Amino acid sequence: MTAHDPVPTRGFTGRARAADRDPRLPPGQYDARDTWPVLSAEVTPRLDAADWTLRVGGLVARPRTWTWAEAHALPPSRYAGDIHCVTSWSKFGVRFGGVSLDTFLAGAGGPLPAATHVVAYAHTGYTANLPLADVTGGRAWIVWEYDGEPLPPEHGGPARLIVPHLYFWKSVKWVAGLELLDHDEPGFWEKNGYHHRGDPWREERYAGD
Amino acid sequence: MTETTSGAFVPPTAFAVPGRIAVNEQAAARWQQGLITEIRQETHAAATFRLKVPDWQGHLPGQHLMLRLTAPDGYVAQRHYSLASAPDGSGEIELTLDHVPGGEVSGHLHTVARVGDTVEVRGPLSGFFAWPGDRPALLLGAGSGVVPLMSMVRHHRRAGLTVPLRLIVSARTRADLIYADEYGAETEVVLTRAEGRLTARHLAPHLGAGQPDGGWEAYVCGSNGFAEHASRLLVEGGQPVDRIRIERFG
Repeated sequence: MTAHDPVPTRGFTGRARAADRDPRLPPGQYDARDTWPVLSAEVTPRLDAADWTLRVGGLVARPRTWTWAEAHALPPSRYAGDIHCVTSWSKFGVRFGGVSLDTFLAGAGGPLPAATHVVAYAHTGYTANLPLADVTGGRAWIVWEYDGEPLPPEHGGPARLIVPHLYFWKSVKWVAGLELLDHDEPGFWEKNGYHHRGDPWREERYAGD
Repeated sequence: MTETTSGAFVPPTAFAVPGRIAVNEQAAARWQQGLITEIRQETHAAATFRLKVPDWQGHLPGQHLMLRLTAPDGYVAQRHYSLASAPDGSGEIELTLDHVPGGEVSGHLHTVARVGDTVEVRGPLSGFFAWPGDRPALLLGAGSGVVPLMSMVRHHRRAGLTVPLRLIVSARTRADLIYADEYGAETEVVLTRAEGRLTARHLAPHLGAGQPDGGWEAYVCGSNGFAEHASRLLVEGGQPVDRIRIERFG
C-alpha cells in the first residue's frame, strides 16, 4: 500500500461520503456509469473473426489452437459483474458472453504440474502476466459478446480475455493465446511500471504498491 | 512458437511497442505533497496548475502522475494527469487539465483550489508514452491531448535538441486551443470547426519521403475517437504500427 494516510485537501468534499460510498467500489475507484473508456496503447487492429485463433500452449498436456468456429462450439459461459480499470474507473453490472478459460485449458489436456503462471498475449503482441490460479476455477473467460452484442474492436473484439477480479489491463484485448510457464514473466504494462498482480481491492496499481 | 519455458516467452504475434525507459518504482509508489504555487487559465475550459513537489525525482516528457484529493472524512478521489512541464530540475511541475463537466477532481481544482493549497501526487508513472528526446518524434494531439506533447515540445526547446520534432494539434476553435501563444515552426494547428478534422493531407508531408532518417516515433494523445482516427491515418500513411504510441483519455 501507499506510504502514508491521505492528507485532507482544503475545501474538498467529494461526490460521496466515505460512509455511504458504494461498497462495490474498490479503494481509489470511481463509478464510470454509462461510459466505458478505451485505454489501449496500440493501434486497434482490424481483425476478422475468420482470422481469429486462440492458442493454449506451453506447460499443458496437449497444446492446441482453436478457430473462431471451434471456440464457438464449446459450452458457453457468461460473466455478469463489475470491472475495474487502473486509471481509476470501475463499471458495474457488465455482461460478457463467451467460454470459460477452464474449458480451453481442459481442451488442451489441462495444465502440467509444473505450470504456475500464464502469459496472455494479443494478436497485436500486447502481453500480460498472470498467476495460473487467477485464470482457473471460473475466474477468467474468453469473450466475444458484450451486452448480447458482438464485442466492438476498440474493446478487444472479435474476442478478448477477461479476468474481472484484477485490474482490466490484465484482460488482454484481441487475445491470441495463453502460454503456461513455470515462472512469472512481466507483460507489457508490468515492464512499464505496473504491478505484477493488479488486485483492485488491494490497490495494486504500480510496482511497489 | 515457444512451447518450452527456456528463455523469455516471445508471443508469435507482431507489434509489442517497447517501453522507452525504466520506471522508478520508488517514486511511483510514494504519495507526496504538492503545493499549488500558480494557477493559469489557458482557455475557457482548461487551466494550468503549477505544483511545488520538493522531492520530485524528475520525469520524462510524456509521463503522467496520479493526483488525489481527500475529504475530511477520509473519502478519496484520484485521477491520472499528464505532466505538461519539461523536466527542468526546479522541483516544480505543471499539469494542464480541462474542467470536465461534473468532474469530481477537475471540478475541485478549477473552482475551489487556490494558490497555497496542497494536493497529493505520486509519480512519475509509466514508461510507455515517454519521449527521452532521442528519436525523431511526430506528435498528434487533440484538445487537452496536447498536454503531454507540449512537455515534449518544451523539452525539445529547453534542451536545444536537434532531433526532428513535429506537432500537429487540433482544437475546435482558436479559443479552445491550449498553449495558443506557445507554438512555433514545429507546429501545425488544425481548427476543426472551420476546416474539419485531421486528414491524410496534414500527415502526408511528414510520412514517406518526408520522414527523417530512421523514421518517426509517433505519439498520439486525445479522446478515443481522435486516437482511433489519427492512428488509422498514420497506419494508412505508412507509419509502422509498432512505432505508434497512443494515450487515450479515460
